[in-house]
Amino acid sequence: METKEELKVRLRDLFGTQGLAVLATQYTGAPYASLVAYVGTDDLKEIFFATPRTTRKYRNMAADPRVALLINSSRNKPSDFHEAIAVTVTGIAEDVQSPVPDPVLKRYLGRHPYLKDFIEAPSTALMRVRVDCYYMVKNFQKVMELRIDQ
Amino acid sequence: MSKIIRLNEIDDTARRRVGGKSLVLAQMAQAGFLVPETVCVTTDVYNAYLELTGLREKIMLELYRKDMGEMRWEEVWDAATRIRSLLVNTPIPAPLHGDLQAYIETPFKDTPTVVRSSAIDEDSARASFAGLHESIVNVVGTQAIIDAVRRVWASLWSDAAILYRNEIGLDAQKSAMAVIIQAMIAGECSGVAFSRNPNDESQSVIEAVYGLNQGLVDGQIEPDRWILDRRSKKIIAHTPAHRNGCMAPQTGQVVLAPLSEALKAKPPLADAGVAMVMDAAYRLEALFHGPQDVEWTLKGEQLYLLQARPITTTFSDDPMDKRAWYLSLHRSFDNLKTLRKKIEEELIPEMIRVAARLADQSLEVLDNTALAEEIKRRQQINMHWANIYWSEFIPFAHGIRLFGQVYNDTMRPDNPYEFVDLLGQTQMESLTRNRLLEDLAALVRGNAALREQLANRDFPPPGDAFMTQVAGFIERFGDLSCPVTGATSCSQGPEALIKIVLEMAAHAPARLGATVSGKREALRSQFFDCFTSDDRAWAEELLDLARASYQLRDDDNIHLGRIEAQKMAAEQQGQQRIQAAEASEKDSPGIQALCDVLLEAAPADTPPPDTPQPAAQRQRPNGFTLKARQLTGQPAGPGVSQGRARVIIADADLAEFKHGEVLVCDAVDPNMTFVVPLAAGIIERRGGMLIHGAIIAREYGLACVTGVPDATRLIKTGDPLTVDGYLGIVTIG
Repeated sequence: METKEELKVRLRDLFGTQGLAVLATQYTGAPYASLVAYVGTDDLKEIFFATPRTTRKYRNMAADPRVALLINSSRNKPSDFHEAIAVTVTGIAEDVQSPVPDPVLKRYLGRHPYLKDFIEAPSTALMRVRVDCYYMVKNFQKVMELRIDQ
Repeated sequence: MSKIIRLNEIDDTARRRVGGKSLVLAQMAQAGFLVPETVCVTTDVYNAYLELTGLREKIMLELYRKDMGEMRWEEVWDAATRIRSLLVNTPIPAPLHGDLQAYIETPFKDTPTVVRSSAIDEDSARASFAGLHESIVNVVGTQAIIDAVRRVWASLWSDAAILYRNEIGLDAQKSAMAVIIQAMIAGECSGVAFSRNPNDESQSVIEAVYGLNQGLVDGQIEPDRWILDRRSKKIIAHTPAHRNGCMAPQTGQVVLAPLSEALKAKPPLADAGVAMVMDAAYRLEALFHGPQDVEWTLKGEQLYLLQARPITTTFSDDPMDKRAWYLSLHRSFDNLKTLRKKIEEELIPEMIRVAARLADQSLEVLDNTALAEEIKRRQQINMHWANIYWSEFIPFAHGIRLFGQVYNDTMRPDNPYEFVDLLGQTQMESLTRNRLLEDLAALVRGNAALREQLANRDFPPPGDAFMTQVAGFIERFGDLSCPVTGATSCSQGPEALIKIVLEMAAHAPARLGATVSGKREALRSQFFDCFTSDDRAWAEELLDLARASYQLRDDDNIHLGRIEAQKMAAEQQGQQRIQAAEASEKDSPGIQALCDVLLEAAPADTPPPDTPQPAAQRQRPNGFTLKARQLTGQPAGPGVSQGRARVIIADADLAEFKHGEVLVCDAVDPNMTFVVPLAAGIIERRGGMLIHGAIIAREYGLACVTGVPDATRLIKTGDPLTVDGYLGIVTIG
């Protein structure tokens, strides 16, 4: 049986190999999904991504900060069905107002160096998601839940 | 490059496309040995078939449903059955079929052929797959040959082959199989030759039988055997066989035919023949730079070589090689018939006699020393029958599998487990027990006063009609306080039994899956209609065998439980005497003898290392909580149901079982299934379609998922569960 520590290692590995996540938000009950470039912290408690403040997803999060992110290792091949891992992360999003703490910025740009101009633009918000729970799906249908005690 | 190639087109660079067996045949032919007309269907064809049909990922999904290390061989068999069914039911797409047809028709239009595996991992010096993949003998006609090719491909995914490849670390995703189509040579005699005796390096061995060598390879026909000295090439010894038959081709199959009196009296090979075969084996050894194991057949004066492979270690030489065990799980029809006779006529009646004799024997009259002796004797008797359970009863379960394979090959059903519908509702002991329990529950249900009395633990006196029936039940099946049929030693009283009866009485009686019987009759006639009159009797006998095998799978545990109960009763008597002994008696030889014998028994009763430790994962250090949300196993009983979990960790948990709960346990034993009429579903850690939990779930029409790793650790009593028995998914919460 997979232990908590093994699950954490898998999550960190996934953060290392997959730079993009699908972000799910909602506004007055209308669902919305977006692709975001994210970075996770080693303690797995936070995930950061950037978005212009003019976007629909930003508006949605401003109205309801509850979000879900989907990160997965699929490669768009049939073998994904038995090989890929998918992780749904749920948590609360907040705008990290300027100035963004240096270590966070460094970490984000270390993972996505080509987004330097994007993240430095005054209209871009760096969002922090305080993770509530990870739901990891592997072996096609096996789901384990790793909850962060609040 | 052509997908189907002849032997003269094969060179060393083709190994990954043609497999080791084809390459060896090509090298033999190219070196001038006489080899039957052969074509090789390369792995390109196999791969194209998987790609065009989308089967590759379907196979991988079956194999990666769970981590391989978590799959028991019974689950591997299930996966293999489903994969085989996928291949047998998926025709080769038209363009590929056309290619095959063109290449097969020319050399083999009306020629009987042998269709053999040539997997790319087969027969390398590192790994020997001897016996793991299929060969089909006496296949006539292009379409029949193409169907046989698919069956040989399917054997790449037989349970034994999957287990063996996994064990030696071969990657399933890279496995591929080439297939050899070879003209069948109906030789007068055939056999095998070992250029070096695997058991003695100074010798060589030849074995020979009349007719085809199928019987020899399967172990069905005893061969004549010659030992030769490798240096002098002289015969050292000839061991004649008890020659009573030979394998001969007959309308699309191979049958056991009688031998004439003249042939019975004469060895299949004369000395000159022995010399000729051995000479070929030595020349092959030189060609391939190492000792060879050669299959050959002699037709007239011509010696045909059918295949050769390097001699690797024998099964017995390598204790780590489990191939023999995997292969031993597959038994022939004749072998199973003999086994059935032995089990039904000797072993079961003897078990019943032994249990009854032990039950009749009064333990109270024995002094302490004699009781210690009796405990020891009962432990030995119990051990003896437990060993027989493994060596005779477990292999007999293959009767179900054999029938399943024949059913699937004949009917090609969408659901590879349709055949199980033909096996159920036999007179299983566990169902008889549950019916008697329901009779007790019915008495309580119809008598409010009795119900209240029992609920208040105010049991009627022994002479009372209800209590007499209870006593009768206990005598036959025990008081249900411990999961061993016939045992009463865990609580010594009817409380556990009455608790269950009360719970049953509070609800409508559970029904056996009634809808199945009409369907069963229809399936039965459809199946038998596929056979001509000659084969029909065989098919009926096979179904009868499978039903016996299915029934025994449950009954054997109950019979074994009754013997174990008698052992436990004696042990408990011993323990009571030790506890009751005064301080002054403690050192007496009698009490010492009891202590010794019970101490020795202790390790057997300690739980095995993988016994679940409940809810360990729910602790909350480090600020994280790990919890299972959805677990996967094997779909083993169709249906979807919901209920609270009742996790069985200790024996006493069974008596707490409430109507509508989901039974969650490590391994369901038929001695525990008395709670099943109350259950909404069954979840079992141990996996397989044909294990007890699955069998009884189907009888009651309950949703069942088996093979859920760590089920009893990840689920805790009271968790709300959804059991999806169609997909094999358990959702928690």
